[in-house]
Amino acid sequence: MEAKSIIEFKDVNKIYDNGTVGLKDINLTVQPGEFLVVVGLSGAGKSTLMRTINQMHRPSSGSVLVDGVEVTDLKGRALRELRRKVGMIFQNFNLVKRTTVEHNVLSGKISYYPTWKSLLNLYTKADKLQAAEALDRVNLLEKLYMRADQLSGGQQQRVAIARTLMQDPKIILADEPIASLDPLTTRAVMNDLKKLNQEDGITVVVNLHSVPLALEYADRIVGMRAGQLVYDEPINRVTESDLNAIYQSV
Amino acid sequence: MDITTKMPHQSWGQKYHIKTLSLVLLTVGLVLLSAQVSGVDLAMFFTNIDQFTNLLVRMSHPDWAYVTIIWQPILETLQMAIIGTTIGTLFAVPFAFLAASNIVKNSWLHGLVRFFLDLVRTLPDLLLAAIFVAVFGIGSTAGVVTLAIFSFGMISKLFYEVIETIDDGPIEAMESVGANKLQVVHMAVLPQVLNPFISYFLYTLEINVRASTVLGYLGAGGIGVYLQRSLNEFDYSQTAAIIIMTLVVVLVINVLSDYLRERLV
Repeated sequence: MEAKSIIEFKDVNKIYDNGTVGLKDINLTVQPGEFLVVVGLSGAGKSTLMRTINQMHRPSSGSVLVDGVEVTDLKGRALRELRRKVGMIFQNFNLVKRTTVEHNVLSGKISYYPTWKSLLNLYTKADKLQAAEALDRVNLLEKLYMRADQLSGGQQQRVAIARTLMQDPKIILADEPIASLDPLTTRAVMNDLKKLNQEDGITVVVNLHSVPLALEYADRIVGMRAGQLVYDEPINRVTESDLNAIYQSV
Repeated sequence: MDITTKMPHQSWGQKYHIKTLSLVLLTVGLVLLSAQVSGVDLAMFFTNIDQFTNLLVRMSHPDWAYVTIIWQPILETLQMAIIGTTIGTLFAVPFAFLAASNIVKNSWLHGLVRFFLDLVRTLPDLLLAAIFVAVFGIGSTAGVVTLAIFSFGMISKLFYEVIETIDDGPIEAMESVGANKLQVVHMAVLPQVLNPFISYFLYTLEINVRASTVLGYLGAGGIGVYLQRSLNEFDYSQTAAIIIMTLVVVLVINVLSDYLRERLV
């Protein structure tokens, strides 16, 4: 018997206002605790797929279930509560560079606070401790009071992971998290994601360009081309030539 | 093989900078035309220049004793500028956020706000001063209100343009965390715009110190009142003292704000 899925796409289509097809007939089910890697060329729809999960993009048709809840029509508070459950990591880290690492990490908790408290930066002692712990898990505790722009790219990405941890997420979406990093820091970031997947049971969805990294870290690999799912296999059945085929131009 | 045969074709227009050249010619032509239409007589500038030197000679003996009388109104001018700029800025900040297209996605709403701000900016400060002198009477209240409205128009435009140039990444990140609109502005936007805001505030203050000198001329308080009086009485040595003192104050403000801006950015 199949366990209850954490993400489910049913016949999802996305057509942008300018007519570009973002997603076409997507049917995809992700199990809790999976480490899913999505591969495909730039513009294949990987980012769009990811952003329909936390509704940063609205699909044109179809339904998306996250943790059993239909998310395509969520608005306001309900939408923010969905996003709280779904952490997101970006290619460009998206930290607020002119403020401290601590503040950046705490900002992951912001949806738990009433507006007036967050505007006055009144964070609880417990949350400050949690921020320190989150930073410690990515081995950057000593940077707690530094300004974010003093950190290297790899360190900034790991601060972004710590920020996501503050949300206590069930899912982490990582949109090409290592595209602007060198090989060494790439490994540190991927290892952090794997650790959260294995130790905390967080479902991880990663968009990647690197076939070797996909093979090394994924439990399951999904391939996209021109907005469609063209490949979906568990890792033990994936071959490198399959993946290279996804990257062939049509 | 000769590399020139492999190079991509460069159009004729691109090669001889046709666009730039024709724009320069057009601009020069328009300037000459508008000078002719508006009847600007360049020759008169040179024939009457002796009047100017004549005035300078009469101003060349500043009445230094007059300084003891005018330092108070100069201080008042400064205070007017500071209060006016501050009030204008406080009102401008919320409007700047409403006018920024990356904060308010609804193009009708930010378009409407911008239209209102454009309207405010088209009001010349001298007209405002004349109106408020009529409303509040001669004195610094009229000056402060004028400067507040003038700064409001200017600051709101400068601020919303700053807001529109920020990195959208942190905004996206805060939205993905589940922050509401105010929280996004507080966490992702404010830290990015605070320094340019302060910089533009100081810049506006500089402009207002100069502007308030002129406003006083219309009776809106400050040193301008004295400037007008000395000119009416043809007491050019007093005029000179006022101009020099104003220059000193403006210079001090400029140096101070330059220093602050450097420290902040």
